[in-house]
Amino acid sequence: MIKTTLEYVPGMTVVRHLGIVQGSTVRAKHIGRDIMAGLKNIVGGELGGYTELLSQARDEALSRMEMQADAMGANAVLNVRFSTSSVAQGAAEILVYGTAVNVE
Amino acid sequence: MSILWTILILLSSLVVGYGIGRFLEGRHFDSLRERENGFGQRVPLLNIERPPMAEPPPATELVLGSVVISIDYFKRFLATIRLLVGGHLGSYETLVERARREALLRMREQAAALGATMVVNVRLETASISKGIGQNAVGSVEVLAYGTAVLPSPSSAFNAETT
Repeated sequence: MIKTTLEYVPGMTVVRHLGIVQGSTVRAKHIGRDIMAGLKNIVGGELGGYTELLSQARDEALSRMEMQADAMGANAVLNVRFSTSSVAQGAAEILVYGTAVNVE
Repeated sequence: MSILWTILILLSSLVVGYGIGRFLEGRHFDSLRERENGFGQRVPLLNIERPPMAEPPPATELVLGSVVISIDYFKRFLATIRLLVGGHLGSYETLVERARREALLRMREQAAALGATMVVNVRLETASISKGIGQNAVGSVEVLAYGTAVLPSPSSAFNAETT
């Protein structure tokens, strides 16, 4: 599966547009990380636990999008965009979307 | 008695936040500067859509970099006072600047590891993951940088997918 933020795949032509595909996941941080983050909150700096949490969530969202594209018979997803929003206190939604296409 | 304790905890948080926070921030800026100089010449980042090349590149790959950074207690305290009078919030400016530069660097490091010649169509996305109320708020910001790495040969893309 080719995933790109471009509107085309270099060196290939799009033969069929299959429509928008998306993958999303909502993650909450767990209490242990919260306590660490509370301490970090005093001195500032990177919250490693949160960075890791969000990158795992992003991988999950990407693989869900890929599954959806696979089911449509696509071999590439173009114009991939990421979006993050907080749905509740301490929980984050990661959304990734793009256009599923067939390229040759 | 309990009021005394509260004031004591507040004051010590401020002092610890100021001291360690300042030190950590300075160290982070040093490391950013150093790494930016190291990678800057090798993998240029562009936010234009098409790679500026005569021939279409042989392969591309999606690259990402993200970071969550929290502000220290002292700066957050200053910001709370600042919010009353309005104006420019310097303490939050350095926070988002650090996060953005760090995210871009991580993306660039990933691209460099793939052997990319440049990264095109770079996008930045900023979110605050935990907004709280009052003193318990975690003043943190998440920045995600993503783009398309242009690879010099198809084989490097293949390696990236298998590993």
